Amino acid sequence: MRAVRFVPLALLALLLAGLVWRLATPGDTTVGSKLQGQPVPAFALAAALRAKPGLSAADLAGGKPRLVNIFASWCVPCIGEVKVLQALKARGVAIDGIAVRDRAEDVADFLARNGDPYERIGSDPQSGVQISLGSSGVPESFVVDGRGVIRYQHIGAIEQADMPLIMAKLEDAK
Amino acid sequence: MIAEAGLAALWLAAGLAALQFVLMIGVLRSRVAAAPAMRPIAIVQGVLTLIAFAALLLVFATTDLSVALVAENSHSAKPFMYKVAGAWGNHEGSMLLWVTVLAVAGAFLALLSRRTSERTLVAALGSQAALALGFYAFLLIASNPFARLNPAPLEGRGLNPLLQDPGLAFHPPTLYFGYVGLSIAFSLAFAALLTNDVDARLARAMRPWVLGAWIFLTLGITAGSYWAYYELGWGGYWFWDPVENASLMPWLAATALLHSINVLAARGALKAWTMMLAVVAFSMSMVGTFLVRSGVLTSVHAFAIDPERGTFLLALLAIYVGAAFILFALRCATLKEGAPFELVSRETGLVVNNLLLSVILGIVFLGTLYPLFVEAVSGEKLSVGAPYFNAVAGPLALILAVLVGLGPLLAWRRERRPVLKRLAVPALIGVTALIITVIVAPQMTILPRLGLTVAAYLAAASVLPLVGRNPLRTPLATWGMVVAHVGIAVALAGMAANAAFTQERLAVARPGERLSVGPWTVLFAGVSPAAGKNWTAIQGELQATRGQGLVTLKPETRYFTDPPTDTNEAAIETFWNGQLYTVIGKGDDSGAWQLRLWWKPFVTLIWLGGALIGFGGALALIGRLWMRRPRRAAAGDWRKARYA
Repeated sequence: MRAVRFVPLALLALLLAGLVWRLATPGDTTVGSKLQGQPVPAFALAAALRAKPGLSAADLAGGKPRLVNIFASWCVPCIGEVKVLQALKARGVAIDGIAVRDRAEDVADFLARNGDPYERIGSDPQSGVQISLGSSGVPESFVVDGRGVIRYQHIGAIEQADMPLIMAKLEDAK
Repeated sequence: MIAEAGLAALWLAAGLAALQFVLMIGVLRSRVAAAPAMRPIAIVQGVLTLIAFAALLLVFATTDLSVALVAENSHSAKPFMYKVAGAWGNHEGSMLLWVTVLAVAGAFLALLSRRTSERTLVAALGSQAALALGFYAFLLIASNPFARLNPAPLEGRGLNPLLQDPGLAFHPPTLYFGYVGLSIAFSLAFAALLTNDVDARLARAMRPWVLGAWIFLTLGITAGSYWAYYELGWGGYWFWDPVENASLMPWLAATALLHSINVLAARGALKAWTMMLAVVAFSMSMVGTFLVRSGVLTSVHAFAIDPERGTFLLALLAIYVGAAFILFALRCATLKEGAPFELVSRETGLVVNNLLLSVILGIVFLGTLYPLFVEAVSGEKLSVGAPYFNAVAGPLALILAVLVGLGPLLAWRRERRPVLKRLAVPALIGVTALIITVIVAPQMTILPRLGLTVAAYLAAASVLPLVGRNPLRTPLATWGMVVAHVGIAVALAGMAANAAFTQERLAVARPGERLSVGPWTVLFAGVSPAAGKNWTAIQGELQATRGQGLVTLKPETRYFTDPPTDTNEAAIETFWNGQLYTVIGKGDDSGAWQLRLWWKPFVTLIWLGGALIGFGGALALIGRLWMRRPRRAAAGDWRKARYA
């Protein structure tokens, strides 16, 4: 019975330990896509531009790993990301785009001004495909292997410093 | 100048708190005959914090942008009321409000306390000063509300527009009165453990404070729930959000304390348990403040997050609660339990009430912190939401509600009368309600159905303590209990009706379209621009009708300019049997608008019930304070003291 007296103290210590741990390691609040390691859900997007083909799930199962970049002409971080994507393209990475909630003339304008790293661009006017991929914002990128399986999700813009990481993920996906 | 005066008052108050704490140690070691000085010091300390807080209100009212806090949180274009309310709508200001309430509560304890022994009062004032001291240090070292900016900016950075609402003017201060009011219970319990003075007299001294704090908590939670309901535009009244739980946990502990303290006051029993609850109740307030202020849990309420401040608050929590628990562990063996009682008695009823409330408290506590511990142990992220809380706490709350009808009928010490017979009529009313729900709404899920049943039963059972008594000679405290218990039934009915009968309609509509929700046909007449002092808006016009009569609702999407933010202003129309709740969202390029319509039958009962519970508490408090004299004249015999 004597030990019971110290139960509140022990509970307090446990609580404090938990809270100290949380303060020391601030929570990472990004929530990754549940589809990592899963095949891309079936979709077929119309072309965002007349000059380029649209994007469908079948295009992503062509035998070679590809990088799918979710972007928008109204997205400011996407502007900086284009340069990095072009550097990746120069290294032989196949990149497809999904333009979210966008208009053809705005996308064309965006690419003319910042550069165009994309082979195909699908237009996702209501974010339906974006949401089905488990993406919650722009820009986001997915590494998809040759069989159409999502191998890696990159949340936020791909920076210069992320290039080796992306190259390694693409290498793994081969 | 005003800001500096406020800062000076704060430093002086901190100095007096330190003096008060040192004097307490001296008095308790019998070295200093300083006991008479304690009361005036505590009172002056309270006055000084009031001066500091008034200074903060003044710099906010005049929008003195050379004060960093004002520049961060205010704006010259803001309506005057929200300028003033902005004083506590931020971290530093709210902590100043906290310490002000703490010190003023200490001052009132010094001013009013006649029931405790001198030594216990000195110890209580000392421990209250120790509590305040930590928060003074926090303010003066880590979050000075009066820091200046040089040069002063030309314009302030505004205030979160969600907080520009009359609800803000009342909700946080009300909750703080409740949180901090419990500090007196904490200090009295700590003092009584220190001086070995835990008895019925202490309980009677503590009871008005617990009651007062509990009333504020009840009203604060009710107001906060209504604020979230109409301001966030989600149509819900409770989201089991960590910060909501942070206010619910002290309330649960205070509710348990409110009941157990009656056992201690009337019968001298449950000493250790009651002291424990007094410590836990204020600890829960501190945990709540910590959770809100540190941002360790992901929450919609994360208005002010800063890990360094979190560390400071956590240290205070560890020191105060740790000290109280250590003292408790050392002293609880020496507490002699009071008069014995039999299995069927008022005491047993209150013990069961306390057990159930404690288990519910444990469930809420566990659910709130479970994601944190799971992530600490396994690295896995998860969130605990309404399905857990409703499924686990709901049935227990219903059982508790059933017993609420029984408890007040039991006599102290032992009950020999056939009490269950008196519940026959309420039980019959409950069964009738059950049958009606089965006939009217056969598809209803189990919890709302039981909720309506229990609510009907409890509404009838709650008034039984008045039956057969002269209403004029019934103590006010008994009236208070009856009103509060009826309030529980009313709130429960509202929750169950809302869960069972709410109809929702989400639509993308063009002007001229008609939508139906519940008994209503709603015509979307169109949209027009609107503007306020610091916002512009798109205002939808909805004409609702159900058979006869026409009601026009104008929900808005507002765009605030400083800082640029969008908010939804729901338009809500209240009828005797429910609320029509409408929200307008974004338009698309083709001229269609997102509309969300709800018909919520009897949802207002939730807050009416909350208000009744608070009102019942107020009646009991008035009764307790009023009855003091006559009862003392009747004198001495605890057996004559009527419980309410």
